[in-house]
Order: sequence, then structure tokens, then C-alpha cells
Amino acid sequence: MSATDTELDVEVDQSKMKISDEIAIQITDMNKWYGSFHVLKDINLTVNQGERIVVCGPSGSGKSTLIRCINRLEEHQQGQILVDNVELSNDLKNIDAVRREVGMVFQHFNLFPHLTVLENCTLAPIWVRKMPKVEAEEIGMRFLETVRIPEQAHKFPGQLSGGQQQRVAIARSLCMNPRIMLFDEPTSALDPEMIKEVLEVMIQLAEQGMTMIVVTHEMGFARKVANRVIFMDAGEIVEQNEPEEFFNNPKSDRTQLFLSQILTH
Amino acid sequence: MSQIDYGETQAVFTPRPDLPPPAATVGVLGWVRANLVPNWFNAVITLVGLGVIYYIVSGLLTWAVFDAHFAGNSRQACKPNVNIVMDKVATTGILPDGTTLQLETTAARVAVPEGVSPNVRWERRIEPRPQRVAGGRYARVAVEEDHIIEGACWVFIFVRFDQFIYGFYPKDERWRPTVVIGVGLLLIFYMLTDGLPHRGRVAMFLLLPFPVIAYFMFSGGVLGLEYVSNDKWGGLLLTIIISSVAITGALPLGIALALGRRSVMPIIRWFCIVVIEFFRSVPMITILFMAMVVLPLFLPPGTVFDQLLRVLIGVTIFIAAYTAEVVRGGLQALPKGQYEAADALGLGYFKMMRLIILPQALRIMIPAIVSLFIGIFKDTTLVQIVGLNDLLTMMQLGVADAEWTGLSKEGYVVCGLIFFLFCFSMSRYSMYLERKLHTGH
Repeated sequence: MSATDTELDVEVDQSKMKISDEIAIQITDMNKWYGSFHVLKDINLTVNQGERIVVCGPSGSGKSTLIRCINRLEEHQQGQILVDNVELSNDLKNIDAVRREVGMVFQHFNLFPHLTVLENCTLAPIWVRKMPKVEAEEIGMRFLETVRIPEQAHKFPGQLSGGQQQRVAIARSLCMNPRIMLFDEPTSALDPEMIKEVLEVMIQLAEQGMTMIVVTHEMGFARKVANRVIFMDAGEIVEQNEPEEFFNNPKSDRTQLFLSQILTH
Repeated sequence: MSQIDYGETQAVFTPRPDLPPPAATVGVLGWVRANLVPNWFNAVITLVGLGVIYYIVSGLLTWAVFDAHFAGNSRQACKPNVNIVMDKVATTGILPDGTTLQLETTAARVAVPEGVSPNVRWERRIEPRPQRVAGGRYARVAVEEDHIIEGACWVFIFVRFDQFIYGFYPKDERWRPTVVIGVGLLLIFYMLTDGLPHRGRVAMFLLLPFPVIAYFMFSGGVLGLEYVSNDKWGGLLLTIIISSVAITGALPLGIALALGRRSVMPIIRWFCIVVIEFFRSVPMITILFMAMVVLPLFLPPGTVFDQLLRVLIGVTIFIAAYTAEVVRGGLQALPKGQYEAADALGLGYFKMMRLIILPQALRIMIPAIVSLFIGIFKDTTLVQIVGLNDLLTMMQLGVADAEWTGLSKEGYVVCGLIFFLFCFSMSRYSMYLERKLHTGH
């Protein structure tokens, strides 16, 4: 595992990012197994609307699995997950309701290669939100401007660079007007020059008050943007704190070991 | 002491301009040099190859074109040409029966018929038996074997062509299938051409009302059209009917079977597995016989169940089973991320399949699916074993006719060409489609 510390020269003013009292996600005593492998153990986590949470930890610690449980890409076997007060269960209606409100950005972008950039953005609004095509395209273009690639709208994903593709993926999620955004290692598959452009878009999003849970090794991003950093190992939340405290004064020996390994190259 | 040379570094980096490639590697000359004569060994191979091509093509052209018979309407028109070469120079003349004699100088090969000047090339068609020549006398013409030049007898094809195309469809009603197939081809062409308006509607029309209209046009019995029972349908017409029904039926059915095989619901999954594996494990001929013999057992006694319909059902399910496995391969080739991204957007199973998964899976599978369809187009020839008269059967019936006996070469060549035309078009279209749908990833 490699952690990078991309130089972010944007000023981030965390005081402008309001965290409300409204609870966005509540996870209670959640357990998950892959076959007989216990991958998430007694997870308890409450996320308020407007929080920016960075989840870090070694490979196989369950951080991706955790955020994939939040939109039911993975099924949990025990405990409760409430997203905007909708419980995730086998009820397909609930799952669809949650997925409409939760956007997700993947490590490998997962754009639809047979559709143009704009069609990638308008697909879900048209087919899931039943939005007229013209309106969906307007919104699509607006978010492509937000991620600074409106000029690529009519290209296919395969013709774009990795960084551009990831920004399209972010725009695609935003088009559904989600209340929560999940980022699963959004910069891990990118070249250093491209990581920055993606992180900058994510910062912009945080400044607009989006609730974000980000699995990443970008510690610079965590320091600047997150209001809370969560460290996971072996399927458990080992430690969580404000970034200042987390990086400068980690309490658990496991966290100290992790930080010492990734921060001293 | 070794000195490492680090080269010079530009203080301000400016990329070098792009230069054209060396002249000898581009253009026609570059291609010839690179592909035909890169070295002496390959040059020899090129020459040998050209020789082989010349030998084959010239022989073929002589048979099919130069010595072939095109005119006439009976077997008589296809008597072999015999060149009789005489040994003395003579002038051109006209025999009493109107035959033209032409000058030519070569050595004698055959006995000179009486009354014919020596040394002429007699270009009249004769038979290698005593023949009546000038002046009412008979002359014996001995013809050496290698001077009987047997060209193709296309007269056979011309005379029989209507039957190759329509089978035993009544002559006066043949305009009906012609119109249907013509309109069908036009609509298909329209549907497949980029940029035309209402292509979706044309496709829907082709898929739903068109087959019904086509059926009534073929069989008649309505709107004052004469009834034509479908045991009279045959030839290329039947081949096209069977293959287009099988193809349009097998694609959706195959997709459904493929999705069913990947279903999480065990009953659906097992049902699809049984259907796919059963129909894939049985030869097509067996399926055809079973459609004839076994299918009626499942129907209430006394049901008159059309022979052609039984064949169509059998062939369609057979191809659907293969299509299902091909589509399943396409589904498996798609990265898991595509499913996850569609799920994360809340698309739901059917929208995900229709909008995201199947368009990509089918694109990957175009070559395999088209191969299947080309295969089924050719496999329709098997229906002759259950008594249907497809194109190949009609040709064989033609050759079996006493008048045209021995002309199977011509028949098979024409059948081959017709099949080639259809299959090659499908193949080209699939290649075009692949290029068009390739979006650079």
C-alpha cells in the first residue's frame, strides 16, 4: 500500500462547511461475513449531514466493504444501517430509495464505455428520476462544468484520461442530486498529475456542503478537508478523531504504527 | 574513471516537431516492398503464388465464362464445343447448310469430314457421331477427347432459376413472396442505415406486424389471395423464411435464457440450464426429427400442427440455446464494475440489463453471434431430410431431372454463390458494426 501526500495548494476554509444535527447515516452493531470470513465486526457509526469523513487503513481492513454496505453493493448479515432514516434490508424498494440518494465514485471510474460522457451523466436522471431528456442534459452539462470538462461532453469515456474519467464519474453521480457521496479510493488508479485535479473537484464539493465518506490514502486531503478521520484494521473501527488530533496524537498503537509507515517514506 | 554523460537538458522544454516517416515505408511502393518482396525468398513465394492464382483463375474462367453456354432453353443448347482443326489453308466459306468456315492454320488433329475444306477451324457445335454435313452426305467426325471443351451450362440455371428461388410456389402467385422479401430487405436496409429518421419504428414494424403480414401474403386465403399451402413454399424463399424466423426468434429467446441461467432464483436458473444443455447436446438433425415426431405427442390428439411450423420451432430453440451461451460469455466478460455502477445509480435489474449490460455484452459478442447466424443460414439446408424443399433441395431436384442430368457442378456453384452472397453480407455488416460501436477503450 502506498500513501501519497499530494500537494494541494487550494485554500480550504473548513469553517464554511456546516455540519447539521440531522443524521445522514446511522450504522448500529453491523457485522458482515464473506462466507466464513468475518470482514466487518460490530461497526457503529453515525454520520451527520454535511460531514466529510475520511476512512483509512491497511488493505483488507474492510474500509471499502464498509462504504459499499451503505448503498447495499454489499449485504450485511447483522445489525442495522439507516440511510436518511430508510433501513437497508432485503426490501428492494428501500434499496432503490437509498441508491437514489447516495452517489458513489469508484476506484476504476466504472463509466459506461458505450455511452458518451453526457449520456453517462443523463442516463440515471432520465431512467430513474424520469426527467425529460432536455432537462437532464442541462443538468448534465451543469455538472460537467462543475468538474471542469464540459468540452468533453460528446466524447466517449475511452477517449479521456484517467483524471478526466474520474471527474466524469463524479459528475455522473452528482446528476442524481444525491445527499450523500461515497468515494471508494477515487485517486488510487490515477497518475500523480491527475490526482490533484480530482481532489480539487472533491474539495469544491465539500465546500458546497456535501456529506462525503471518502476511502483514500491521500493524507493531505484528509488533513485539509475531513472533519473526521476513521482508521480501520481487521474489520473494526480502531480509532476516529478530528484530523489534527488523529495525525498528531494517535491514541492506539495500531494507528501509530500505520501512520509511521505511511507518513515516513 | 568512467564519465557518465547525462546529455544536455533544455532549460525550457519544447517538444520536437513530428516528422513524416521515411518515404520507402509508405505508399504503394512501400506496401509492395514490405509485403511482396522484402527478400529473395519471399519474392520467390510471391511469384509461385501468382502462378498458382493464374492457373486456378484461368481454368475457372474458361469453364464458367469463355466456354460456357448462356443462350437457349434446353439441354440441346449445351452440347460441347468441338474444335476441328484441319491441315491445309483454305478460304472462308459457307457450307450449304449455312455453317461458316473460318481460316486458321494448325496441324490436323482429326479426320476431315467430307465436304469440309481442310485446314479450317470449324466453329459449329457438333456431336462426336456421324453427322449430316454439306451436300446431304454423312461424314464421320472423330473427335479427340481433349478437344471436347466442356463449358458450364448456365442454361440449366436460367431455366430452373424460378424454381430455385420459389420452389413449387404457383407461377402466377410468385409476385407475393417477391414483394414481401423485397419490402423486407428494403426495410432491413433502412433500419441498418445510420442517420435515417424513425429507424426504431421501422425495427418495431419489422419485428411485430411484418411477420404476420408476410405470413398472410405467403399463404393467402384472405383478401382474395389464392391459398398456397406451405408445402409448396421452397427454394431460396424457404431458406430465407426459416433462417429469418430462427434468427429473430433465437436472439431474444437466447438472451432470456442467458439471463435466466445467471438468475439468483434457482427454479428459473435450473430450467434455463436444462433447456440450454439439452438443445446444445443434440444434433440439429435429431432436433428436426424430434420436431416432426415428438412435438405432436405433447399436443392434444387431432391437432393439425403444421410441418413447417414444427421445424421453425425446433430450429429456433436450437439456435437460441447456442445464442444463450454466447450471450452468457459476453455477460461474463463485462467487468463487475459496470454492474456496480449501474446498481449504485439505482437503475434496477431490467434497466441495468437493457441500458448498460446487454448493449456492451452484445457488442463484444457480435462476431460470435453473427457466426451463429451465418451457421444457421447454412444449416437450413438440413431441413431437406424432413421433406422441406429448400434452395439446395430444389437444385438437387433440378439435377435429378433427366433433361439436366449431370449438371450438378453448375447447380452447386450457383447454390454456393447464393449462400456466399448472403453470408458474406452478414459478415461484412458485422465487421462494420464492430467498427462503428468501438468507442475507444
